[in-house]
Amino acid sequence: MLDQARTRWHPIAAAHDLPLRHVFHGQLLGREFAVWRADDGYVNVWENRCLHRGVRLSIGINDGRELKCQYHGWRYSNRTAGCTYIPAHPADAPARTITNRTFPAVERYGLVWSATDEPQGEVPEVAGLAEGEFLGLRGIPVNAPADRVVARLRGYSFQPSGRIDGNDAEIAVEAAGDFSVALRAREGGAETLAVFFVQPVDSNRSVIRGVLNSDAEGAARLAVLRHHNERLSKLRDAIEQEAAQAPAPEPIAPQFERLPAELAEMPELTAHGRKAALRVQVARKWQAADGIAGFELKPLSGLLPTFQPGAHIDVHMPNGEIRQYSIANGPGESDRYVIGVKLERDSKGGSVCMHESVREGDVLAISEPRNNFPLRRDAVKTIFVAGGIGVTPLLAMAQALHHQELAHEFHYFTQGESQLAFRDRLDGLKGTLVPHLGLDPEATGAKLREILSVYKFGMHLYLCGPGPMLETARKIAAEAGWPEGAVHFEYFKNTNKIDDSSSFEVALARSCMTLKVPAGKTILEVMREAGIDMPSSCEQGACGTCLATVIEGEPDHQDVYLNDAERKSGTKIMTCVSRAKSARLVLDL
Amino acid sequence: MPETIPCSDRVLLNDWHVVADRSMLSPHAPIFTRLLGVDLRIDSSDRHGTQLVRADTGETVKTVTKYGFVWACLGTPERDILYIPQADEPDRYLVTGGSIAVKVSGLRAVENFLDMGHFPFVHTGWLGDEPHTEVAPYRVELTEDGEVLATDCKFYQPVASPTATEGFIVDYVYKVIRPYTVALYKSNPIQKERLDVITLFVQPVDEENCVAHPFLCYLREGIDEASIRSFMQLIFAQDKPILENQMPKRLPLDPRAETPIRADAVSVYYRRWLRDRAVTYGAIPARP
Repeated sequence: MLDQARTRWHPIAAAHDLPLRHVFHGQLLGREFAVWRADDGYVNVWENRCLHRGVRLSIGINDGRELKCQYHGWRYSNRTAGCTYIPAHPADAPARTITNRTFPAVERYGLVWSATDEPQGEVPEVAGLAEGEFLGLRGIPVNAPADRVVARLRGYSFQPSGRIDGNDAEIAVEAAGDFSVALRAREGGAETLAVFFVQPVDSNRSVIRGVLNSDAEGAARLAVLRHHNERLSKLRDAIEQEAAQAPAPEPIAPQFERLPAELAEMPELTAHGRKAALRVQVARKWQAADGIAGFELKPLSGLLPTFQPGAHIDVHMPNGEIRQYSIANGPGESDRYVIGVKLERDSKGGSVCMHESVREGDVLAISEPRNNFPLRRDAVKTIFVAGGIGVTPLLAMAQALHHQELAHEFHYFTQGESQLAFRDRLDGLKGTLVPHLGLDPEATGAKLREILSVYKFGMHLYLCGPGPMLETARKIAAEAGWPEGAVHFEYFKNTNKIDDSSSFEVALARSCMTLKVPAGKTILEVMREAGIDMPSSCEQGACGTCLATVIEGEPDHQDVYLNDAERKSGTKIMTCVSRAKSARLVLDL
Repeated sequence: MPETIPCSDRVLLNDWHVVADRSMLSPHAPIFTRLLGVDLRIDSSDRHGTQLVRADTGETVKTVTKYGFVWACLGTPERDILYIPQADEPDRYLVTGGSIAVKVSGLRAVENFLDMGHFPFVHTGWLGDEPHTEVAPYRVELTEDGEVLATDCKFYQPVASPTATEGFIVDYVYKVIRPYTVALYKSNPIQKERLDVITLFVQPVDEENCVAHPFLCYLREGIDEASIRSFMQLIFAQDKPILENQMPKRLPLDPRAETPIRADAVSVYYRRWLRDRAVTYGAIPARP
């Protein structure tokens, strides 16, 4: 019987077992769950085990948006259970594939329902029980197998709620299944339907979860609860005595799934480079500021992949254009991606299409989120400098730090008050937000000098905005003593003039392949023609997606992603725009 | 149940293990403990010294005392008890740090001892503090004696020594000496060229239970025995509830059982080292 039980819905907790910011330890058929409700109401049922070292997540911390493991502080996102941050390596974005095992969750009759395997059908709907009018009884744990509990429950006797002081009720079994019994008690004109669901915790442990078909108030309610508590406790004692006579069955040993081996694998081989694996619907489009449209993108089905602050998506537009937009979401807001699109005066078709053609209800193809602009959370203080629409990735970062109560300042430069985008999110940052409005380039420089004047060990700076502003800010930071490793930036686009006149040879060390790159073609294009697929996104040297490691040879950098130290080290190259100064480059691909 | 399976690892059966802190012995009452799944009774008297008897067969078990501990070997000893050179230096305290029982495989306890990444989260305010969470790259190698050695380990610590007024980056060296024995070397805050040594002898009670017996060789200058012991007990009490919530309780040796990151280089090495030495007691063997 327990074998078939795996694909059925069972109650695993009462709704009131999930108070604000709590993590409940549930168990079904030998498998432990960490059950927690996020602040947005979503109920998460996860394998009770951190993927890193196996520590129970039920002792973790529910911060309302993410669950944090107690052992090494790994953070897992609401809904997707994807890992969003690994504190031991603050400069890295965790591999998106580090995702905990999740189980389905449905709330009904004041209970949280789940299943250890893919459940068949829906959560049972019980005739005579109406949502909102029932009274849930205290869960009664019993040290006995579920079938024994169900058998004894058929003989359970109780008074209807309207005649709780009587002792002459007639009981009828209305329905019974492998894991449930419905009983009706009648006395005089009063009658009450009681439905008991038996949760098979393990082979020899169960929980009786009773629901009555009518609620009561005040003292009457208390009397009903006490009545059932007394009778069910007596029943429990009788069942346990009976069960103790028989040899106890072996506990069910949970099988933990092996992890995917793909983390160490080569980039996948496919014909086409930029993939739009996801379909989303524009759930909301609004004016986020003057000239800036906000979009809320929701999945057509299932869950969106986990994102980290700083991540971007490619949006494949109806007109064939592909553009990159940073995700502005705060942590745990995993049911949608929020992006902001600025209408460009010299738009080549991207922003115009988003502003004028795309409407609420439209379906868009987007890539999975990639994070080439990861946020460290080990800074003693983080300074954000946003210019214009550059606010979006930094907003996601600041919301994460704000939620974790890590020290930061958010400097936001725009033309005027009406250009401040995502006001609701900005307001959430409270006192850390410092708007700088209407400054000309000279005044902006002076303000940046002031903001960046003090560098202390352990501080980090994140910049995103128009090219000239980033150049100025990076120069000022360098002059003020900020080390390059503490200055993180993301350009909207690469305004460098690309010189693709050189020709050279590229050897791919792991693929055992040597390719010729002629003038007029990029390394990325030549690799793709040879069947090697590198992930890419902006394809203009700004986003960092097509980064490769250089083993030998001298790169000719033409991107705006790498910082000066990375460029000088000669160990990294953006394959979409950069080339070789030497006759040969050896890449670790 | 796994703990009833007898140990078949020769390397463990024929080795010495700590089974009690000597200071716990009393001539008036025996101590009952367990080693590798075998129940033991320890009697001590002035006349007969310390005697160990197996509860299952009634046979006497080989025993010696050293470093303030009672040691036992269930089989035929193939090597001596570990030699700790620092224990011979007269200007050190030799402190047994208070044995602590943990309901988890001793191999998990050893791995935890090798782990810096948990300092800010489990030993908050002592061995680490957020936001200083980064584990910088370090070196791991095998010594000529076949021990796992991790060097260049650095970590930011808020209270690294009793005299410290602010946090600073502390240097560590770790060494796995035997499957259930691990040592930590930390530069002394006053005599910076000399090392304080903590050796952790883990008693494999059974596959899913252990007792950690720390042995501390600390330079005497600027510190007293009671503070060394109480600091060690504080740290171990913080580890215990975390370790007891690890699932499974035994250490999985399958590389795909858990997710290692770069910071775990020494544990990855340790797991592989156990696999190569065919240590299975307290472990879940890798799939063939």
